[in-house]
Amino acid sequence: MKQMTYAEAIRDGMRVAMQNDPNVYLQGEDVAQFGGCFGVTAGLYDEFGPKRVMNTPISEAVIIGSAVGAALTGLRPIAEIMFVDFMGCCMDELFNQAAKLRYMNGGKCQVPMVLRTPCGAGQGAAAQHSQSVESWFTHIPGVKTVMPSTPADAKGLMMAAIKDNNPVMYIEHKQLLTVPGDVPEGEYVVPLGKADIKREGSDITIVAWSWMLQKALAAAEELAKKGINAEVLDPRTLIPLDKDAILKSVAKTGKLLIVHEEVKTSGFGGEIAAMVGEEGFDYLDAPIKRLASPDTPIPFAPVLENAFIPSEEKIIKAVEGFF
Amino acid sequence: MDLNKEQLLDMYKKMVTIRAFESKAVELFAAGQIPGFVHLYLGEEAIATGVCASLEKKDYIASTHRGHGHLIAKGGDIKIMMAELFGRTTGYCKGKGGSMHIADVDLGILGANGIVGAGMPLATGAAFTCKYKGNGAVAVAFFGDGASDRATFHESLNLASTWKLPIVFLCENNGWAISNSQENHQNVTDISDRASGYGIPGVSVDGNDVIAVYEAAAAAIDRARKGDGPTLVECKSWRWRGHFEGDPGAYKDPKDQEEWLAKDPIPRLEKNLLKLKYATQAELDDIKAAADAELEAAIKFAESSPVPDPSELFTDVYAD
Ligand SMILES: Cc1ncc(C[n+]2csc(CCOP(=O)(O)OP(=O)(O)O)c2C)c(N)n1
Repeated sequence: MKQMTYAEAIRDGMRVAMQNDPNVYLQGEDVAQFGGCFGVTAGLYDEFGPKRVMNTPISEAVIIGSAVGAALTGLRPIAEIMFVDFMGCCMDELFNQAAKLRYMNGGKCQVPMVLRTPCGAGQGAAAQHSQSVESWFTHIPGVKTVMPSTPADAKGLMMAAIKDNNPVMYIEHKQLLTVPGDVPEGEYVVPLGKADIKREGSDITIVAWSWMLQKALAAAEELAKKGINAEVLDPRTLIPLDKDAILKSVAKTGKLLIVHEEVKTSGFGGEIAAMVGEEGFDYLDAPIKRLASPDTPIPFAPVLENAFIPSEEKIIKAVEGFF
Repeated sequence: MDLNKEQLLDMYKKMVTIRAFESKAVELFAAGQIPGFVHLYLGEEAIATGVCASLEKKDYIASTHRGHGHLIAKGGDIKIMMAELFGRTTGYCKGKGGSMHIADVDLGILGANGIVGAGMPLATGAAFTCKYKGNGAVAVAFFGDGASDRATFHESLNLASTWKLPIVFLCENNGWAISNSQENHQNVTDISDRASGYGIPGVSVDGNDVIAVYEAAAAAIDRARKGDGPTLVECKSWRWRGHFEGDPGAYKDPKDQEEWLAKDPIPRLEKNLLKLKYATQAELDDIKAAADAELEAAIKFAESSPVPDPSELFTDVYAD
């Protein structure tokens, strides 16, 4: 185990994978000497050189499109889009190309690539640099979607994503980058599709991921002081989704709150709620609740942005509403 | 050069106002008074000023993330701009946009933009409106060397040239796209060379010479107004600061930086004004002092303006 930040853990996952497999390479805007807009790739250029760590022009379509082409022909690219908000500039390459080529080809090819991109509000960066839009990707059959909430998961899921033979959206949260934690050294894989109970409890299940998982944990500690013992479940990967773990937890607690940062309408919380409604209705002794950002773009002024983001206080209030 | 004394002094005033605004923004950001990202236009003042000198109120511009200079040059009010940087209700976007999203469609400012290269299609659409309505207005799309690598560059130039739209594609080549120098992100030196691929004129000028910028832009704007279609104008300059405030710009060679700082567009215009006897040094100093005073007033205005009520979060998502 080694103490590292979430950002360092992501980097360590890429590093070990690149050491182990010469076909893994990294490309994106300013990822080389500069180390990426948030410093996540710092040092990789020095270690692996210009053949394997490349700055690209501001050309999102070809950053992702060329990764798809390289993946089809035997390489294992990691391609970075500087903010998830810029995914609009390369959606075709993801959802018509990467996601479907294998299926359309009758399973005769594969697209093993990782698309890394940061999400999230909290920086005063306004409507085009703060979004969470994971359900854009979970709605695409053929793509896996990963959203780590701790440094150890960040590394283990990165290594799993690189090993996976499918296109994987790896979404890192800007607010988590400096969060420290214990991380296993060397090769470390957290399988895709396995949820993690980050806090055991018996009174209510809170499902949350990414930054919201950390907020849910903090809220759970406050709730414990008030006599409510919440279980906090981190799905870690939205596709594949560990339905069994969620159902098992709900069977134990009888109550479900889902918390996410993307806006409520058509957010992934709706999918989880529907799944539990279909497959675990009998376990429930109260209606399922979702706490999410309101259906608005993200405003600039800090007072407005704070009102937008689901906070620890809002989580506590939502849980208390069950009792 | 058909610029008279009044026009040149007006350009001087614009340039020193932009300089004062950006210099203050450096301090305010460092002091934690401006949240979010701030990308500054220091060193590039001659471009927006030289271009907008030929624009009328009815004309449109699409700006970029580095937009303060464009807004001031197109007639933006620095008080309302500053209030927006502070996230106050009196700002151009009621505090909802911030530095990267200031817009005022009534002034023909289609907006700064957080998405690199997004302004070119929008300006193309505004130029379409001008042609459709036959109102004699034109559009100018400002964008950087980095943005000229986006697909939107190709698609916009192709459509606008094919449809002969009244638009000028105004590339601000400041040598950098974040940490990437121009030779690291494209295989041309003169971005204007790309114009030939669309069958339109392309010119490159010294972007630190406001008169050269004025002349090239005036010709392109005139061509657009006459209905002869787009022009690609490249203004070569240098980004003085890091990409955004907080980026020390360590990837720049200090020698290059020094060389470009010596090409400061403002003293260059000053020299011209003095030589032409359009102003005395004392008069120029007065203009600078007036710009500084205006800035102080703008900051006071911003600081004393109210922050939005949280209920504002829910307004203006949809039009009625
Ligand atoms: C589509 C998109 N890709 C990437 C970015 C991140 N980004 C913001 S500014 C910038 C560099 C822009 O360079 P250039 O167009 O030359 O303008 P400059 O910053 O030099 O004025 C980048 C990569 C973005 N905002 N939008």
